[in-house]
Amino acid sequence: MDAVLQFLEAIPYDQILIQTVNGIVTGMILALVASGLTLIFGIMDVVNFAHGELFMLGAYVGVVVMAATGNFWVALILSTLTVALLGAALQLTTLRPLIGRDPLTTILATFGVSLVLQNYALWQFGPVARKIQEPFTGYFSLFYLDYPWYRLVIAGLSAAIIGGFWLFLKHGTYGIWIRATTQDRVMAQAMGIPVPWVHTFVFAIGAGMAAASGVLFGPLVGVNHAMGLDWVLKAFIVVVVGGMGNLGGSIAASIFISLLEAYASIWVSPAQAVIVSFVVLVLTLLFRPTGLFVPTPK
Amino acid sequence: MSAAEPRDPLVAVENIHTYYGKSHILHGVSLQVGRGEVVGLLGRNGVGKSTTLKTIMGLVHPHEGRIMLAGKPVTSLPAHKLARLGIGYVPEDRRVFRLLTVMENLRTGLDRHGVTDARKQALLDKVFAYFPVLAERRNQAGGTLSGGEQQMLAIARAMMLEPKIILLDEPTEGLMPRMVSQIRQIIEALHREGVAILLVEQNVPLTLAASERVYIMEKGTVRHHAAASELKVDDAVIHQYLGV
Amino acid sequence: MTNRHTATYWIGFSVILALLVVAPLVLPEFWRRFLTEILIWGLLAMSSDILIGYAGMISFGHSAFFGLGMYGAAAALLMVRPPNLWLAIVYGLIGAGGVALFVAYFSTRLRDIYFAITTLIFSQIFYVIIFTWTEVTGGENGLTFSRPALAIPGLFSVPFTSATLHWFVLAVVAASYLLLRRITQSPFGMVLQSIRENEPRTRAIGYPVERYKMVAVMLSGLFAGLAGVLYAIQNRFAAPDFVYFLVSGEAVIFNVMGGMGTLVGPIAGAGFFLLLRELFSRFFTEYYLIPVGVIFIAMVIFMPQGLLGFARRWLNQ
Repeated sequence: MDAVLQFLEAIPYDQILIQTVNGIVTGMILALVASGLTLIFGIMDVVNFAHGELFMLGAYVGVVVMAATGNFWVALILSTLTVALLGAALQLTTLRPLIGRDPLTTILATFGVSLVLQNYALWQFGPVARKIQEPFTGYFSLFYLDYPWYRLVIAGLSAAIIGGFWLFLKHGTYGIWIRATTQDRVMAQAMGIPVPWVHTFVFAIGAGMAAASGVLFGPLVGVNHAMGLDWVLKAFIVVVVGGMGNLGGSIAASIFISLLEAYASIWVSPAQAVIVSFVVLVLTLLFRPTGLFVPTPK
Repeated sequence: MSAAEPRDPLVAVENIHTYYGKSHILHGVSLQVGRGEVVGLLGRNGVGKSTTLKTIMGLVHPHEGRIMLAGKPVTSLPAHKLARLGIGYVPEDRRVFRLLTVMENLRTGLDRHGVTDARKQALLDKVFAYFPVLAERRNQAGGTLSGGEQQMLAIARAMMLEPKIILLDEPTEGLMPRMVSQIRQIIEALHREGVAILLVEQNVPLTLAASERVYIMEKGTVRHHAAASELKVDDAVIHQYLGV
Repeated sequence: MTNRHTATYWIGFSVILALLVVAPLVLPEFWRRFLTEILIWGLLAMSSDILIGYAGMISFGHSAFFGLGMYGAAAALLMVRPPNLWLAIVYGLIGAGGVALFVAYFSTRLRDIYFAITTLIFSQIFYVIIFTWTEVTGGENGLTFSRPALAIPGLFSVPFTSATLHWFVLAVVAASYLLLRRITQSPFGMVLQSIRENEPRTRAIGYPVERYKMVAVMLSGLFAGLAGVLYAIQNRFAAPDFVYFLVSGEAVIFNVMGGMGTLVGPIAGAGFFLLLRELFSRFFTEYYLIPVGVIFIAMVIFMPQGLLGFARRWLNQ
């Protein structure tokens, strides 16, 4: 009995609660990034290797606009729009010509794009990390920590963006077009839906979501050309664990994995905490390869 | 050929050769459908009837030959443009959008530029009058409908495009006899409205009853062409090509 | 397979081999090393070609095989005195083989995209392990060691010169090529290609597809590891950077540029890429990947068969 009590006393409740909040915050940003990725895969079978770079470029555009206007929200909106346009341009030039070819060629093409974008950023902005200022400072007390309000706002905004997009999908003509194209590309065409343009539009949306995540995440870490790599890796894990093409699944998986990693970082270093996500991936592949949260394996 | 092909056809298929990968499926298919005509396309399984429809719809492109719509060549146009130009398609396995509601399925064809709300409502009313069960189930997901109901939805969906011609691929397959006669009635109603129909079917009596002219395919090409009335009398031809 | 074809092929092979043998005698030091590097990266790309070009499986896991081959060799050269060349090769192959087994077991059930992503993630798993396990792997800084002598125990032992190292590497790469060619032309190789063309049908005929894929991954892993060993010997260090998935990405680039499914194509691709890098570095310094990346994308779209792709049929007969 004493041993149980001792064990219960030794659990670092305050740290766990803090990490829960951290996990949810990171999870929501990851969800925003992964949503774009899973959307793109679900509708056009493209694994967008350059997704992390769109996240990174979004952050950089945010830096530039912040420097020019000093307004965080303007930076967020402009960055989202700019990178969405860039995404559309990329899809038109590098992915449309590959329709009908072996789907693995799109992996190669987007991999090439990611290399070009990364080095472009390195060239334009240099290796030194930049910073985005939070739109507001201000803390509240969470145990022994001063927890910034801003982090909660990020989580809320990410959820709002995803929620807004979900509403868009459920109502309105374009939402129907996107859902129809995702379910049956051929029949959608036969119904007069301009599928090639739906693809471009969805890619742009995915890119915009990645960019928004980049700007929201910017104040938490430094913005540098390599930031996309870690995120794209995590996003891929999330998409596989959540079930490829499954929007709800990838959101759930994002939060699940981020929470686990946050808890793990109580005991190990952050660099080692990433192993958690790898372990989850391996277990998912072994036991539920269609996705952890997918109810019935197809 | 004793049945006369229309002089100014709505759809003219001229000597098309279609491949799936390396397989040569259509070896020079030619046929025509006049405005408002109901034309049947018969043949055993695997002769290329569905492929012919898909080629007309622009879902596959022929290596050789032409497709003409109202006198204009449309061979290389993508399917979504052809749908907008007035070709409706009801595929062999219905292919309703399973996760969209009945209403949303209809909207994939209904939501078009330049169609007034009044006209949209009129279209919906018409289709619900033809298929009352769809009105009942309008907020249900397409995948929860029975086979017969899905067939009705697939036809209703194509009607939303206000097409000049509907390509019907085996609409009565797997349906109970009661539904088969319902399909027959729909075809007649569409014909009365002036919509042309190219009907691919395994059900020979239905095809002969509903069509004015019939083409018979074998091994990827059209082997016989006659008025339906003739074939009703001369069933030796039917036996020869269909073994029925 | 006509006799004239065989003759032309072997004459061509011998000519190129002769050129590569003579090269270090006439080239300045920088280009000598450059050529050796092309051969080593070419071997890595060739190993990747087994998967991409013959089995139809894109893998981003080669950096793990390469890196473990490198670290395996490092282990041999640091732990055993005097440093033994053959032991380094053996350790390296064991290291790479072990990783390949691990990857093969998990990944071969998965189709295309899942396989590619999973191999990438496994690559990163090993990167993280190597990066953080500083006591054993030297962490971020890697390991340095001295180059072993070219020795056949009991017969002779002579330290490598730049030229003899080049010939050694050339011998290993040439032997690997011939061996791999033999394998791809064997019934095993034919089954792999049929898996690439139409996996469901191959399975339906009755072939244990997963097992073939596992063997393909093992083969690929071993030769990639061999490339890692050669790299370690040439450069005398091992670093985690080489386990990062970007190295796998580069191997894939060499494959695409040179021509998948040709075995020699990737070596040409490696040469092409490294030459482009040299060229563009003069103008763009370290941002050479921008123009080279654009060229790569253009090749994927417009010239997917790569430089030697046109000769693919011929080279495989």
